[in-house]
Amino acid sequence: MTRSRIQWGVLDFVVVAFALIPVLWLVSLSLKTPATIADGGFIPTEWTFDNYVNVFTEGGFLRPLVNSIGIAGLATLIAIVLGTFAAYAIARLNFPGRSIMLGAALLVAMFPQVSLVTPLFNIERALGLFNTWPGLILPYVTFALPLTIYTMSTFFREIPWELEKAAKMDGASSFQAFRKVIVPLAAPGVVTAAVLAFIQSWNDFLFAISLTSSERSRTAPAAISYFTGSSQFEDPTGSVSAAAVIVTIPIVIFVLIFQRRIVSGLTAGAVKG
Amino acid sequence: MTGSGDVKAAERRLGLWLCAPAAIFMVLVAGWPILYSIWLSFNRYDLRFPQDQQWVGLENYLTVLTNEFWWTAFGITVLITVVSVSIELVLGMGLAIVMHRTLVGRGLIRTVVLIPYGIVTVVAAFGWFYAWTPGTGWLAALLPDGSAPLTEQWPAILIIIGAEVWKTTPFMALLLLAGLALVPDELSRAAAMDGAGRWKRFVKITLPLMRPAIAVALLFRTLDAFRIYDNIFILTKGAQNTGSVSIITYTNLVSGLNLGIGSTMSVLIFITVAIIAFIFVKVFKTGTPGTEGRR
Repeated sequence: MTRSRIQWGVLDFVVVAFALIPVLWLVSLSLKTPATIADGGFIPTEWTFDNYVNVFTEGGFLRPLVNSIGIAGLATLIAIVLGTFAAYAIARLNFPGRSIMLGAALLVAMFPQVSLVTPLFNIERALGLFNTWPGLILPYVTFALPLTIYTMSTFFREIPWELEKAAKMDGASSFQAFRKVIVPLAAPGVVTAAVLAFIQSWNDFLFAISLTSSERSRTAPAAISYFTGSSQFEDPTGSVSAAAVIVTIPIVIFVLIFQRRIVSGLTAGAVKG
Repeated sequence: MTGSGDVKAAERRLGLWLCAPAAIFMVLVAGWPILYSIWLSFNRYDLRFPQDQQWVGLENYLTVLTNEFWWTAFGITVLITVVSVSIELVLGMGLAIVMHRTLVGRGLIRTVVLIPYGIVTVVAAFGWFYAWTPGTGWLAALLPDGSAPLTEQWPAILIIIGAEVWKTTPFMALLLLAGLALVPDELSRAAAMDGAGRWKRFVKITLPLMRPAIAVALLFRTLDAFRIYDNIFILTKGAQNTGSVSIITYTNLVSGLNLGIGSTMSVLIFITVAIIAFIFVKVFKTGTPGTEGRR
């Protein structure tokens, strides 16, 4: 028994190292001083927080960060509202378009986004949406919808909806029955879908560099790729790695809080196919 | 018209109304642009000479399909897709088994593997970029002096594949884990009693039962890998013939501003993805998740 525990412990360690070493490397790089940043060591020999200060003061990283939070947040919100409607209908109602809707969602999920880059670029320029928040929110909502519809409709199917009827028989009004019984049961599915949708929007790079042209709507991943260092003689490594770590913090927080939900959400649609 | 007929009609109406907003979004932002790009692909349309727009039939397709850059990018994309998805399948299966069976720290493992899944691809790519940059990088330091792997085609492609594998193996593993959880322990135990070894049990019992999960995981990852863009953009920008079809489509848009050719590439990528999906469905005979088997 102890021998197999040790074996599993070693395997666990390999997995943890595999997952974390590349992230720790970025953290290490972001804490190095300009003099030691090109020393090639995994652990900094001189430590500094200057990179984190510089990325905001000279790198102008605040605006892209605000853009990222706003655009990903709004896209998630819209995708969740629309996705909840559709998922409820798919899980609960009998209507002719149901399998078409699921098929369409799957089609969009598998869509090669790059196929949209050229046409969207042209359409958005014509409509004045190019380089605006809505210009990015539109594609982000579209690509988050399949995810939210699948996750939530799987989840809604498991809810014992008779409870709602039972609550009404016990004298609760329709609204009370919905708010006190159904909302708490449905909330975990909605949260799962929201976390996955946010991560996906937060992650996007292709639309972010194709459909923006200035800091007005450029998101953090796109802004990082444009970093050139605070002066033309300076290497951007420190700024890039500091910005990279900052962008990773929300992901780490989400993963720590919602680990179970993310795992169940990602696996929900996969098994039953 | 009976009362229950009215109820059914009302239910149908409500269902359609509730799906309408999401459907409209998907049609307007994904459906309409792809139709528009099919139309554009039959036109000469260069933003530098917009007044020169003109129907040219299949000329753009001829231009792209006889262009060696397109075929190089296509080959590179297929290569990266096949190699990285194969490695991910093996590693992901191992990871899924560790997550499923480990006696210690199961929660820790499941949390930690979500970091590569969740991290922004561009961020991870910069991590690899600096790690392999001579002088700066801890991985480059392990190589012989004077080597600059990101500036040579094959080493660069290996690094791109490595970055892709690191980022997406956890996703593959989670999909496989869901399939693994459906394999009843008793079957495996009964086989063990009959004297079947570990490997034999895995190949004869676990793998066949996991077939649907493996098919879905492979399909999702193959289509996703074929779209590869972020990692290449950061690691090599497509230099030294390391560009994928997504990279050259983007480059054509930004530096060429040739919407006719760009749309042609878009349509060709779309067709390729549809063919891949079709082959998967035929080979694995899996239904699309949700449309069958669910209810």
